[in-house]
Amino acid sequence: MQATAEMTQQWHDICEESDLVKNSGVCALIDEQQVAIFTLKNKDGITVYAVSNWDPIGKANVMYRGIVGSLGGEPVVASPLYKEHYSLVTGRCLENDEVSLSAYDVRIDDGRVLVAL
Amino acid sequence: MTASTTSKRIVIVGNGMVGHHFVEQLVNSNANCEITVLSGEKRLAYDRVHLSSWFSGSRAEDLAMTDEATYDSWGVKYYTDAMVTEINRDNKSVSTAQGTFHYDMLVLATGSYPFVPPIPGNDQEHCLVYRTIEDLEAIEASAAVSKTGVVVGGGLLGLEAANALKQAGLETHVVEFAPQLMAVQLDEAGGDLLRNKIEDLGVVVHTQKATQVIEAGEEARYRMAFADGSALETDMILFSAGIRPSDQLGRLAGLDVGERGGIIINNQCQTSDPNVYAIGECALWESRIYGLVAPGYSMARTAVSHITGGDLEFAGADMSTKLKLMGVDVGSIGDAHGRTAGSLSYTYHNQPEGIYKRLIVDGAQKKVIGAVLVGDTSDYDTLLQYSLNDIDIPEHAESLILPSAGEKPALGADALPDTATVCSCHNVSKGDITAAIDGGCCSVGEVKSCTKAATGCGGCAALLKNVVDGELEKRGVEVSKAICEHFNYTRQELYHMVKVEEIHSFDELLEKHGEGLGCDICKPAVGSVLASVWNDYILTQNNLPLQDTNDTYLGNMQKDGTYSIVPRVPGGEITPEGLILIGEIAKEYGLYTKITGGQRIDLFGARVEQLPDIWEKLVAGGFETGHAYAKSLRTVKSCVGSTWCRYGVQDSVGQAIDLENRYKGLRAPHKIKFAVSGCTRECAEAQGKDIGVIATENGWNLYVCGNGGMKPRHADLFATDLDSETLVKYIDRVLMFYVKTADRLQRTSVWMENLEGGLDYLKSVVIDDSLGICDELEAQMQLVVDAYQCEWKTTIESPEARKRFRQFVNSKAIDSNIQFVDERGQIRPATEAEKIAGASRIPVELV
Ligand code: SRM
Ligand SMILES: Cc1cc2nc3c(=O)[nH]c(=O)nc-3n(C[C@H](O)[C@H](O)[C@H](O)COP(=O)(O)OP(=O)(O)OC[C@H]3O[C@@H](n4cnc5c(N)ncnc54)[C@H](O)[C@@H]3O)c2cc1C
Ligand code: SF4
Ligand code: FES
Repeated sequence: MQATAEMTQQWHDICEESDLVKNSGVCALIDEQQVAIFTLKNKDGITVYAVSNWDPIGKANVMYRGIVGSLGGEPVVASPLYKEHYSLVTGRCLENDEVSLSAYDVRIDDGRVLVAL
Repeated sequence: MTASTTSKRIVIVGNGMVGHHFVEQLVNSNANCEITVLSGEKRLAYDRVHLSSWFSGSRAEDLAMTDEATYDSWGVKYYTDAMVTEINRDNKSVSTAQGTFHYDMLVLATGSYPFVPPIPGNDQEHCLVYRTIEDLEAIEASAAVSKTGVVVGGGLLGLEAANALKQAGLETHVVEFAPQLMAVQLDEAGGDLLRNKIEDLGVVVHTQKATQVIEAGEEARYRMAFADGSALETDMILFSAGIRPSDQLGRLAGLDVGERGGIIINNQCQTSDPNVYAIGECALWESRIYGLVAPGYSMARTAVSHITGGDLEFAGADMSTKLKLMGVDVGSIGDAHGRTAGSLSYTYHNQPEGIYKRLIVDGAQKKVIGAVLVGDTSDYDTLLQYSLNDIDIPEHAESLILPSAGEKPALGADALPDTATVCSCHNVSKGDITAAIDGGCCSVGEVKSCTKAATGCGGCAALLKNVVDGELEKRGVEVSKAICEHFNYTRQELYHMVKVEEIHSFDELLEKHGEGLGCDICKPAVGSVLASVWNDYILTQNNLPLQDTNDTYLGNMQKDGTYSIVPRVPGGEITPEGLILIGEIAKEYGLYTKITGGQRIDLFGARVEQLPDIWEKLVAGGFETGHAYAKSLRTVKSCVGSTWCRYGVQDSVGQAIDLENRYKGLRAPHKIKFAVSGCTRECAEAQGKDIGVIATENGWNLYVCGNGGMKPRHADLFATDLDSETLVKYIDRVLMFYVKTADRLQRTSVWMENLEGGLDYLKSVVIDDSLGICDELEAQMQLVVDAYQCEWKTTIESPEARKRFRQFVNSKAIDSNIQFVDERGQIRPATEAEKIAGASRIPVELV
C-alpha cells in the first residue's frame, strides 16, 4: 500500500513559505490542476493544508478564497460562494455526502512549500 | 439454490417509486427472505415526482433513489431491462427475456402508463408523453428542433409538462377537453383564476377542445384539427391526458381486475390470488386508483407488514395537494367540489390580487371537509389539519380563509392530536415526532433523518418545523443564542467585550472568551464588530482572515469567481468626466456594465488579479470604493431636488452627498441604505430605506428602519422639521445604537421589530437621552468618521496587500474556467453547456 502510494505521488516545489497567508489561503497551479493551500494557527502552532480549488457546488475555482476555521474540532474551509464546509484533512463535505474536495499532502522544507500530487 | 428452506422467495415486478419503497421497508424489517427485483426500465428506481427538475438541470444521477451498490449491500438481487411477460401461478413463477424466476410471494408494482387518446396521427415522431427519464430525453431533443409545443391535458401533470416546455423556450399551449383546468382538484372559479394566471405567464390555454386529427401543418410541423372546426399549428405534442394502470400481467394471469382497469386488492394489498400482492398505481382499492406516491408508499408498508406477520391495513388515503404550478400557488383539500350531501361553502374571491379561496364545511358546520385555494395557499396547512383530524371549526368559520380580518384563530402545532399526520409521504404522525425528540433528537435536521419526515415531497417542512420547535420549547430546551460553537455569546455581548476590554484582534477575543479556531460565522461577525469599534483598515494581517471573501477582495464575488466593481457615486451625482472614465475602464477590461438600483454603476466580470489595476485607475480618477461588498453604508439615493425640480423645497442632492460622505465606511451588523427626497412626492423612495430623509418647507423629516428587500417595511416617522445639524445628530445616535445592539446580519427593520418598546423607546433613547448614552454614541460615531479611509486606496498603495490579488502563487496563468459569451453587445458568464460546446471565449490577457 505504502509503496504504491509513494510511487504515484510526486512532490512539487510551489513557493516560499512567506507567500502563504496566515489563517487564509492561496492557490497554486500544478500540472493544470488548481490546488488551494491554507495555513491555520492552532494551539500547537501553524499547520499547512492543501485541497483542490474547484468548488463542486458553486462550480468555480474559488476554494482558496474561503474562510478557514474549525467545526467540532475538525479544521475546515467554508466555500466563499454557498458556504458549505469541507474538511481540510480529508476533503469531506460536512453538509453533503455527494461532493468532496481532494486532499493533498503538503509540507514545508527549508522555507519552500511542497505539494504532492 | 443454497437458500435455507425457511427463507421466503419474494419477487417484485417493477422498480418504480413504490416498488423501491417496498424493497426498502422489507429490508428494514429484517425478515428472512430472498428478494429479487425485476425492473422493466433500464435503471433502478428514480424520483418520478421531481421529474420536472430535469428541465432545471437535474440529471439521472440526481433523480436516482437507489443504486446497484445499495441493493448489493442489502443482498437484493436485481435485473434491469427485465420486462415480465408472463406469470405462471400454478408453478409460482414469472418470466422475462432473461429467464424464469420462482416466487413464494409475488408483488406487482407495475405502476401506470400515460393514456394517449386514440386520435389519428397520434403516433408521429414529435408526439410524446411524460413519464420516464427516456421520455424527458425525447422531449428535450424534440424541443431543440421546435418553436411551438402543445400539451394535451390541463390537469396537474399537464400543467407541469407545460411549464417544462415553457422553460425549454417554446411557445406553449395547453389543450383541455373539459371547460376548466385541473378539474379534479379545483372548482370552476378556482380553475378560471388559475387559467388567467397561467395565461399571464404567456401560456395559451384552450378549453373545451376535442382533437379529431393530427395532420401535417402549414406553418408548423403539425396541425391539430378540433371538433368545433378550429385548428392549432404546433411543432410538437405532449400527451398528458391521464394515466392507466399497468394491469396487463394481472389480466393475463387471470387475477381479478376492475371494470376500468386496475388489479383489485383487499385491505392487505393481496390480489385475488393470496400469494400475489399489488401496490402503487397498478392497484385498485375500493374501486379507486391512487395516482400519488404517498398512498402507494402506504400500500407498500401494508404489504410488507402482511408478509412479515404484522397487521397493518390499507385504509385509503387523503388526496389533498398543495403545489406551485409555474409560480402559481394551488391547493386542494378533501371534497373540493362540495359533493358531500348537505355541505355548505364559504368563498373569498379577491380579483385585483388574484386570490381565490373556498372552504367547504359539513351540514352541521362543525368540520372542514374540503377547500380550494388559488393564488395564496398560506392557509393550506391549517385547513388540512382541521380536515384530517376532525377538529371542530371555530365560531366564525369564514375567518379561516379571510385575510387577517381580525384575529385569525391560529391552529398551533399544540392543537394537533398526537395521531395527526404531519408527513403523509412517510406516514409520520405528531406522536412519532414527539417520540423522536424524547429519544434524543434536538433539531429539525435530526428529526428529519430519524423519522424521514419532510424528505419526500417536502410539502410538510414548515409544519414539521413548527411541531419540533414547539415540542423542544415545551421541554425547556432553550434555543441557544450563542453566535456559533466557538463563542457562547450574542453579537451584542461580543461588542461589549471588545469595547470594554479594548480588544483589537480576533485571536485575543478567542483566547479570552472562545474555543476552537473560529468559523465563517464568528470570524466575519467579530471582524465587523472590531471595525465598528475601532475602524482600522480591514485588511491588516490580523483582520484579513476574518473577512468574507467579498471584504477580503473588496468586491462582490460572482457565480463564476469573478468580481464586480462599484465605485462610490455620492448621492448619485456624477460628472461627465467620471462617466467617461468608468466607460473607458470598462471598455479596456471588457467588463459588463449596468446601472444599479442604487444610482451608481456596477462593472462585472473582473478577475481577481485585475482588481488592483482597475482600482488604481479609478482612484487616480478621483473615485472611492463604494463598499458594495461590505456590511456598511451602501448608497444615499437622492432625487434632483430644489435646484432643478419645480416642486423641490430643499437641496436633496446636496444633503444626500453630505450624508453619504459622513457615513461611508461605517461597518455595521448589516448593510445600511439611505435616501433623501426633495419634497413629499418622494421620488427617492426614502420611506423604504434604513434612514430616510424627506424635505419640508421648514427642514427635514427623518424616517427610520425602512426596508425594501425580502420583507419590505415602511419606515417610521421619527422626527419632523429638523435642521441639518439636528438631523445628523439624530442619525449618528440611531445608527450607533443599532451598531451596538443589533444581532449579526440584522437589518434595521428587523432590529426595530424586535426592539422592546419599539419606536417610542428608540425616540426616548435618541431624543430624550433616557439612557444617558447620547454623548458616547456621538463620540463613537465621530471616531469612526475620523478614521475613514478608502480601503481600495490603501490597498493599491501597499505592494504587500496587492500580492494577495492573484489567482496563483506560482504562475501568471489565468483561471481557464472563467469564460464569457456575448449577449446584447456585452459579456456574460458562459453556461456549463456553452463551455462544453466551446462556444465561449476565454478572456485574452490584456497588456
Ligand atoms: C447591483 C444591485 C442590483 C442591480 O443591478 O441594480 C444589487 C446586487 C446585489 N444585491 Fe441588492 N443590489 C442592488 C440593490 C438593491 C436594492 C435597491 C436599493 O438599494 O435601492 C435592494 C432593496 C432595498 C433594501 O436593501 O432594503 C436590494 C436588496 C438586497 C438584499 C435583501 C436585503 C434585505 O434586507 O431584505 C440582499 C441580500 C442580503 O443583503 O442579505 C441583496 C444582495 C445583493 C448582492 C450583494 C448578492 C450577492 O451577495 O452577490 C448582489 C451583489 C452585487 C454586486 O455584485 O455588485 N440585495 N438590493 C444593486 C446595487 C445597488 C448599489 O449600487 O449598491
Ligand atoms: C411528471 C410527474 C409528476 C408527478 N408528481 C407527483 C407529485 O407531485 N406528487 C405525487 O404524489 N405523485 C406525483 N406523481 C405520481 C407518482 O410519480 C406516482 O404516483 C408514483 O411514481 C407511482 O409509483 P409506482 O411504483 O406505483 O409506479 P411507477 O413509478 O410508474 O413504477 C412502475 C415501474 O414498473 C415498471 N413495469 C411496468 N410493467 C412491468 C413489467 N411487466 N415488468 C417489469 N417492470 C414493469 C415500469 O417500467 C416502472 O418502472 C407524478 C408523476 C409524474 C409522471
Ligand atoms: S421628490 Fe420632489 S423634488 Fe424630488 S424630484 Fe420628486 S417632485 Fe421633485
Ligand atoms: S408530506 Fe411529503 S415529505 Fe412530508
